[in-house]
Amino acid sequence: MAEPTYTPEFATDAFEPLHIHERKHGTTRPSLSYWQDAWLRLRDNKRALISLYLVVGLLLFTLFGPLFWNVSPSVQDLDQVSKPPWASREAVIVAPYTLWHGETTTPSGSGLRTATPPNTQAVRLLWDPVPGATGGYRIYRNVFPINAQQAYGLPLGEQFDPNATYFEDRLDLKARDYYYTLVPLDDNGIELADATTLEVTVRNAITVQGALERGLVDADSNVEVGGRVTLKFHPLGTDYLGRDMLARLMHGARVSLFIGMVAPLLYVLLGVIYGAAAGFLGGRADALLMRFADFVVALPFLLFMILFKIMFGIGPGESGIMPMLIAMVILSWPATSRLVRGQILQIREEGYINASRLLGANTTYLIMRHMIPNTMGVILVTITFAVPTAIFTEAFLSFIGMGVAPPTPSWGSMCNEGIKTMLTTPHELIFPAMFISLTVLAFNLLGDGLRDALDARIRNIE
Amino acid sequence: MWRYTFKRLLQGVITVWFIATATFAAMHLVPGDPLASDKAVSEEIRANLEAKYGLNEPVWKQYTIYLGNLAQGDFGISFTQKNRLVNDIIREHFPVSATLGLLAVLFAGLGGVIWGALTALYRNRLPDIIIMFLVILGISVPSFVVAAFGQLGLVSLNNLAGFNVLPVGGWGTVAHMLVPAMVLGLSTMAYLTRLMRSSMLEIVSSDFVRTAKAKGLPPTRIFTAHQLRNAVLPVITVLGPAIAAITTGGFVVELVFAIPGLGRYFVEAVQQLDYTVIMGTTVFYGAFLVFMVIAVDVIYGFIDPRVRLE
Repeated sequence: MAEPTYTPEFATDAFEPLHIHERKHGTTRPSLSYWQDAWLRLRDNKRALISLYLVVGLLLFTLFGPLFWNVSPSVQDLDQVSKPPWASREAVIVAPYTLWHGETTTPSGSGLRTATPPNTQAVRLLWDPVPGATGGYRIYRNVFPINAQQAYGLPLGEQFDPNATYFEDRLDLKARDYYYTLVPLDDNGIELADATTLEVTVRNAITVQGALERGLVDADSNVEVGGRVTLKFHPLGTDYLGRDMLARLMHGARVSLFIGMVAPLLYVLLGVIYGAAAGFLGGRADALLMRFADFVVALPFLLFMILFKIMFGIGPGESGIMPMLIAMVILSWPATSRLVRGQILQIREEGYINASRLLGANTTYLIMRHMIPNTMGVILVTITFAVPTAIFTEAFLSFIGMGVAPPTPSWGSMCNEGIKTMLTTPHELIFPAMFISLTVLAFNLLGDGLRDALDARIRNIE
Repeated sequence: MWRYTFKRLLQGVITVWFIATATFAAMHLVPGDPLASDKAVSEEIRANLEAKYGLNEPVWKQYTIYLGNLAQGDFGISFTQKNRLVNDIIREHFPVSATLGLLAVLFAGLGGVIWGALTALYRNRLPDIIIMFLVILGISVPSFVVAAFGQLGLVSLNNLAGFNVLPVGGWGTVAHMLVPAMVLGLSTMAYLTRLMRSSMLEIVSSDFVRTAKAKGLPPTRIFTAHQLRNAVLPVITVLGPAIAAITTGGFVVELVFAIPGLGRYFVEAVQQLDYTVIMGTTVFYGAFLVFMVIAVDVIYGFIDPRVRLE
């Protein structure tokens, strides 16, 4: 009996390896790297994106602004001191100053009045004799309208002769409204009740020679007394020494942003190295290192910033930026080192580290491939949030006069100067304060956005 | 718990020792010397002065004397103000700073909890958006600008009213303290509001809130008894560092509002290079902050049983 034979039939290519076909349909998309994904998330966050543009804009303002606005931050324009940007730049050309003793060409008029058109060269006041004023008169000047409390402002001077009914004011006149008050005095120099107040609008004035010296008019052009010239342009006004605010803000940004960005970079770097070392070494060394970090955290920050500041000292001609930078780095690293150590300890226990080890990865590979990329996000967020703190610290120190040395502008020191004249010329405080606030706001929002974009934990929840 | 407290206190003492040592080292590295003055001083007088202040001793001996005095609570005598003990200066000016700081912490804590709870309650609706915008603003505006505008506000308020509603500066009555404390606590309040908001939102989706809802408890009771009480816990933990931020932030507010506090005194002492006052104030402040943080942690341990187990 013959067994049935089975001869299988194979196709000739049956044992050829299959080709990998590209799948035509599918629900997967090309996988994104961590950073690509983070960027996509950040791009969707409108607030963070605007902040990013703002930060870039600020950097451009600082780096390239002086190229377009080439005005020295230390040159004084004495014609325009404490000038807000909206003030008139028109000036009347006047004759050189001559002494005045109450002579007037226009005897008419009554009460308190001006003898000549009031300008920044001089305000000349005339009045009629007041019957009871046997002891003379006292003249006050105020920049605000006289209020219910009868605050007349600055006492300018007295005329002790009751018949000398004139007064000339040349004290630091600005192109603005003044309120002059005339108070008659009795025999004992006591002020009488019937005070009169005159509102005077003072205009800019410049002499022919002054206009020529400052280059406001050409030397060969024909300038006459009574003509008008336009004073130098200051887009954001001038400060209390007549220095250009825009130029000072640009140069101040160099100090503020330099410290604000370099200090966090440096101390975060130091903290990363320290924290990573502690996390890797573990055991006794870790405990010792972290105990030391705890000590540094306990130092009262601002007090020690000031202590270090006086310890390093500022030599003549130095701006004092470096001592501030070093002090900030010395005092601020522990927070980052704690954070990084925690991250390293956590990552060390992760399954993928073990898997990687099992596959034969060495320590260098683990650090480069797993540890650093996985802590980068946290570090980046830390740096972003550290920037506002550093800017605040610089501003605060400069504000109390412990920051950069005076000729160097910084936003903090500009605020310090501006706050003294806050009531009369608020623009000197508002502009630097606005720049500080905008920068800090931008970095805060950017930090929020980065944290949301980079934090894997949040990503998985959503 | 008592063991934990004792351990923390011991750590605190060691930390204060470290602060004292760092201060000592920093002050010894300051260029110039404490006896430098405008007047020409002969060698003999100088030697006598050095002997009087112990400056002729080797550094390690100065250090042990300094530590010994500190241990007895003696901060020394002011260098620039005759016959004035640093202890007296601290005793005089610190209560002012502490009162201001305490008010500011109260203001910040209460405000932070209330605003944070409100934002969580109205999540993504108008009150939330408005408050969170103000919070971002509060974090972004430097304290001295807030102080300046606070004072400006006071001036215009008084001008509008025609009489002094609140004093613009100075110290003495509760009226003097209100606005400075508010200004001082503002940034901390903004920070606490953010913290409270996220803490509240985390708790809304927790199991015990769901259970409470399932039990049929009224929403107000869930809100107060379950959400609020649990959400406040993380806020308490950061109160320690917040106190630190507020006390040092007091510098600016004291300067702007002309308040005779220790912060302002410290700035003055630095400008005059008054060695003993600078050292005394730094160590005192440092110790105060260290023990404040410990106190908050210990109190937290009593409130939250989970901490005790660790």
